[in-house]
Amino acid sequence: MSRMRRHKLTDSLFRYFGIFCTFFGLVVLTIFIGKIVLMGIDRIDWNFLTGLPSRKAEKAGIYTAWVGSVWIVVLTSLIALPVGISAGVYLEEYSKKNRWSSLLEINIANLAAIPSIIYGILGLEIFVRTMKFGQSVLSGACTLALLILPIIIVATRESIKAVPDSIRQASYAMGATQWQTVWHQVLPAASGGILTGIILAISRAVGETAPLIVIGALAYVAFVPETPMDEFTVLPMQIFNWTSRPSQAFLTNAAAGIIILLIITFALNALAVYLRYKWQNKIRY
Amino acid sequence: MLRKWKTKIIESLLALSAWLTIFTTAGIIIILFSESSGFFRDVTLTEFLTGKEWTPLFEQKKFGILPLFTGTLVTSVVAILLALPVGLTIAVYLSEYASLQFRNAIKPLLEVLAAIPTVVYGFFALTVLTPFLKNFFPEISGFNGLSAGLVMGIMIIPMISSLSEDALHAVPVSLKEGAYGLGATRFQTAFKVLVPAASSGIIVSVILAISRAIGETMIVAIAAGQQPVLTLNPLKAMETITAYIVQVSLGDVPHGSVEYKTIFAVALFLFILTFILNNISFYVIRKFKNKYE
Repeated sequence: MSRMRRHKLTDSLFRYFGIFCTFFGLVVLTIFIGKIVLMGIDRIDWNFLTGLPSRKAEKAGIYTAWVGSVWIVVLTSLIALPVGISAGVYLEEYSKKNRWSSLLEINIANLAAIPSIIYGILGLEIFVRTMKFGQSVLSGACTLALLILPIIIVATRESIKAVPDSIRQASYAMGATQWQTVWHQVLPAASGGILTGIILAISRAVGETAPLIVIGALAYVAFVPETPMDEFTVLPMQIFNWTSRPSQAFLTNAAAGIIILLIITFALNALAVYLRYKWQNKIRY
Repeated sequence: MLRKWKTKIIESLLALSAWLTIFTTAGIIIILFSESSGFFRDVTLTEFLTGKEWTPLFEQKKFGILPLFTGTLVTSVVAILLALPVGLTIAVYLSEYASLQFRNAIKPLLEVLAAIPTVVYGFFALTVLTPFLKNFFPEISGFNGLSAGLVMGIMIIPMISSLSEDALHAVPVSLKEGAYGLGATRFQTAFKVLVPAASSGIIVSVILAISRAIGETMIVAIAAGQQPVLTLNPLKAMETITAYIVQVSLGDVPHGSVEYKTIFAVALFLFILTFILNNISFYVIRKFKNKYE
């Protein structure tokens, strides 16, 4: 075989290898999810969604878990959204480019890469112990808020960066102050991108388990939280608890819980992709 | 006058939000150092870093972090050995071979791999992958590093592929056209010109992926086991640093005891490890950012 033909063969073989690799992860994931659905779909019924936790696997439900997850997501968002968007606005629109701003920038990049379990340790010492929130929904939400803050800040900055300067200059020319410009022009123009980032951050918070284990979220909580100071559990926590038990019946419960968790995760991610797509097509500067 | 005050207040509030991130980092560093200083009064740094046994929860307490470190190392290496070749191939394929439509359609799908909650991946590793691996390695234990590492590898594929693809795109078109002009095939252009030219970006993707693998918790806590054994054999049960923190958090270790303080000492070790890796990658990014401008 001539050298040229050999090179051409390598080239076309690599194309197939590339296709193989691209679909490898997705195919494996599909197999995994297929197995889980087969394992757990029969377990999902009204009683499973509205049932309280139980020592008997057949009776146990995920009511306290999903209500806890809703509590956590709402509180986490209430804390992280205003702070994250403000920080992003400050870094893009207000701060001068100096040593402090580059310190802030590298610090946010670092925070985004710190293992989530370390945030759990931070939350344990600051919110559970020092501030005496205890092992409550509030402690969990504060911890997760710090965890998703870098994601929201980065998304806010990227979207604000994409807003063209002509919009700001037009606003200033009309006599608007800097804040009026940011509030009435820049933020609305950047809202699509910010929203996409927020949804991805929420999706992250829904699935997060490790930091909540460290701050002491309990796997067995008999009642749904009624105030932010109550004890709580979340869906991933309940799944983890069922997974670590030896009996097959609890594994079936875990599989059923995973189906619910994956539906939420996929829905949020699909929404984010849709919004990004829609936003890209709507605004062309 | 009122407006001036308003402006000041708004700007201070915005600045405060940004500075909260600095307080977070400072909080992490202060807590880890101050809480583990108590631990290091009882255990010497040498014993901690070179000891080959980790048994803080037993009668005979030994505080050598090496077994936890090898557990972390084995699972992370397995993950990278899977994710690097697959992720890099995807990056080259998508940027050089695939059509634009295909690329735009497949990228959000690949991101899904990184969006799946890790507790779900842990369940996959324990209940699906480990029984499957038993067909090939009959001696594999029910909890093992191989299964946890492979699943972790699948999770970090999109991280390597998307960062590497960005790096490949940053290579000037002139280099690519030069290679084609000399009669190189796409494969030769990709691996002899583009990949070397984008090497700094690819290295960054790998370092960040390693850092992610080291800090991953739920997959290893569920599927790799809770036995701190000094071993490099991925078929055996092992415990990672993160899985140990989970183990202690779930148990009822008395607050203030030396067993309790161990989680801060190992967390400090983990923090320093990932901090160094992250900052190497940031340094490489900044240093090579303007290479082709």
